Amino acid sequence: MTAQIPESSTGHASPPGDGRTSDSPPVLVKKKFDWRPVWMVGPPLVILAIVIGYPIVRAVYLSFVGDAGLNPETGRFEDGAFGTLAHYIYWLTQSCTNNSGISVPCAPGNIATDFWPAMRNTAMFTVVTVSIETVLGFWMAVVMGRNIWGRALLRAAVLVPWAIPTAVTAKLWAFIFSPEGIVNSVLGRDIAWTTDPFYSKVAVIIADVWKTTPFMALLILAGLQMIPGDVYEAARVDGASKWQQFVKITLPLVRPALMVAILFRTLDALRMYDLPVILISANSSSPTATISQLVVNQMRTGAFNSASALSTLVFLLIFAVAFVMVKWLGANVVEDRTGKKEEIR
Amino acid sequence: MSAPTAPTGSGHSSGSGTPTGAERPVIAAPRQPIWPQIRTYLGALFILVWGLAPFYWMVVTAFRDNVHTFSKNPFPSHLTMANFKQALDTSGGNDFLAAIGNSVLISVVTTLAAIIFGVFAAYALARVDFRGKFLVSGVVLAASMFPGVALVTPLFQLFTDIGWIGSYQAMIIPNVSFALPLTIYTLTSFFNDLPWELEEAARVDGATRGQAFMKIILPLAAPALFTTAILAFIMTWNEFMLSSQLSNQSTEPVTVAIARFAGNDPFTQPYAAIMAAGALVTIPLVIMVLIFQRRIVSGLTAGGLKS
Repeated sequence: MTAQIPESSTGHASPPGDGRTSDSPPVLVKKKFDWRPVWMVGPPLVILAIVIGYPIVRAVYLSFVGDAGLNPETGRFEDGAFGTLAHYIYWLTQSCTNNSGISVPCAPGNIATDFWPAMRNTAMFTVVTVSIETVLGFWMAVVMGRNIWGRALLRAAVLVPWAIPTAVTAKLWAFIFSPEGIVNSVLGRDIAWTTDPFYSKVAVIIADVWKTTPFMALLILAGLQMIPGDVYEAARVDGASKWQQFVKITLPLVRPALMVAILFRTLDALRMYDLPVILISANSSSPTATISQLVVNQMRTGAFNSASALSTLVFLLIFAVAFVMVKWLGANVVEDRTGKKEEIR
Repeated sequence: MSAPTAPTGSGHSSGSGTPTGAERPVIAAPRQPIWPQIRTYLGALFILVWGLAPFYWMVVTAFRDNVHTFSKNPFPSHLTMANFKQALDTSGGNDFLAAIGNSVLISVVTTLAAIIFGVFAAYALARVDFRGKFLVSGVVLAASMFPGVALVTPLFQLFTDIGWIGSYQAMIIPNVSFALPLTIYTLTSFFNDLPWELEEAARVDGATRGQAFMKIILPLAAPALFTTAILAFIMTWNEFMLSSQLSNQSTEPVTVAIARFAGNDPFTQPYAAIMAAGALVTIPLVIMVLIFQRRIVSGLTAGGLKS
C-alpha cells in the first residue's frame, strides 16, 4: 500500500508466471483475443449496468421532463415535454407554479421548502458524525492495537454495533431515548429526545456514532498494524517523544487507510436515511429530515419527475464530494483496493 | 488469510505494529510503569461497554415483564417470554416470523448470486491481465459508493410498470447489485494473497486452468468466500430503504417489519415487544459475529466497504 505507483494496478497484480504465460506458446505467436476476462467480468458488469446504470440514465432523463398538465395555449391536457429545468428550479429556488401558470414562491408546507433544511441537516450530520467517528475511532484503534488481555473479545464487542441492522439500532435508541427511557431517568431530566428540534439531532448523531465508530476503528486499526514496529524503535533511539512519533510516523503512515475510511464513512453519511426515519420521523419537515428522506417522500406522492431531479441532485452532490476527496485529499481508493496488498510484518 | 498464517497473523502483526505501545519491546513487559497499563485497560473497558451496553439493554428489556419496561435495574429481572410471544403474535397485523423468513430468503439468494458472479470477476481482476482492468475496478468501486436513494425512484417506477412491486425479485436484484461491488473487492483482495504458485504447479502437471481453479484455488479460497458471504449476508439482511419502498406486507423483510411494528394501542409504543423482535433479529447476527470475529475483521479491512 505504501510503495505503489499509480499505474501499477494492472501490471502489479500479476506475479511471475501470470495469465499470459499459461496460454500456449506466448512468445512468437500473435496473441488471439482473450475472451476469458469478458465472460468472467461481464456478468457482474451487466447486472450493474441494468440495475444501476439504466435507472440512473432514466432518472436523469426524467428529471428534465416537464409534468403532465393542462397546456394553457392549446387548452388540452398534455404529457410533459423533455427539456425543462423546472424541477431543478423547483427544488433549488422553491418556486411553484400557480393556477395561472406563473412562478411564485412555494407556500410554507410545500416539500420544496424542506430542501435547504434537509441539505443543512445532511451536511451537518455528515460533518459532525464523521469528525467524531474519526477521532474516537482512532483512539479506539490505538487501544485495540495494544497487546492486552481479552483483545479478541474487544474486537468482537465492537463488531456488535456494526452487525445490528440500522432499523433495529434506531428502535433500540428510540427506546433508550424515550420520554421515560433510561437516559432521561439516569440524567433525571425530562428531555423530549425524539421530538425536540435540537435534541432529536443529538439523538441521531449519538445513535449513528455508536453504530459506525467501530467500523472506522477497525479500518484504522488495520492501517496501524501495517506500520512496522522498528520504525518506532528507530525514532525512540533518536530521542523522539511520543507526540513526535505520533505526528511524524503514525499519522503519515496511517494516512492512506485513514483517508479511505473517512471517504467511505462520508459517502455513507451523506445518504443517511434509516436512522432519522425510524428514530425520529419520516416526515419531510421533521427536524432531522435528510435529503434522502425528501427523495422518498416526493416519490411516494407520485411526482416521479421531480423526485428524479432531486435524486439526481443527491447523486451529483455525492459524486462531487467523492471526487474532491479522491482528487484533493488523496483518498487513493482504486489502487489500494486492486493493487496487491503489501503487508509489512 | 491463507490457513497456515492464520494463527500467528493477528497476534503477531499487532504486537509489532502497535503505535503507542511500541516503546515496549514484547519481552520487556515487567518494566512497564503501571499507570499506562491501567489507562489502556480503562480504555478497553470503555470500548467494551460501548459495544455491548445498548445491545445488553435491548436483551434485558426483551426478557423483562413489560410492566417493568422502564425500570432502571441494570440486571435481568422479572424474566418472562411474553414479549417474544407478543412480537410473534400475528393478530395485530404483524407477521414477524414471516418477515424473518423473507429476510432469510432475500439474503441467502442475494448472497449466493453475488458470490457466484463475484468470484469469477474477482479472479479475473486478481489473476488475468486484460485491457480495461483499471476501468472495470473503477466502475465496480463507483458502484459501491453509489447512493441507493438515487435508484429508488426509477426502480420504483420501473417495478410498478412491470408489476414487480412486492415481489421478491424486486428486492433481490437491487440487493445483488449492492452486494456485488463489496463481494468483488473483498474477494480480489483475498485472491491477491493466495499462493498462486500452487496453481502454476498444477498447470505444469497438466491441469487445465479450469481444473486448477476448481481443484486447487477454490479449496484454498474457501475461507475467503465464506468471509465475503458473511459480509454480503449481513449487508443484505440490514438493508432498509429500498425494501421499505419495494416490498409489500407479505414480502417485507425484518428491517421493514420492525420499523413499522405497532402494538394494539396506537398511542404507546410497545417497546418491550419491539426489543424482543429486535433481539430475535440481532442475536443470530451477534452469535455469528462472535464466532467469526477474526474472519469478519479481515474481510472488512480487505474490502473496507459500507457499514
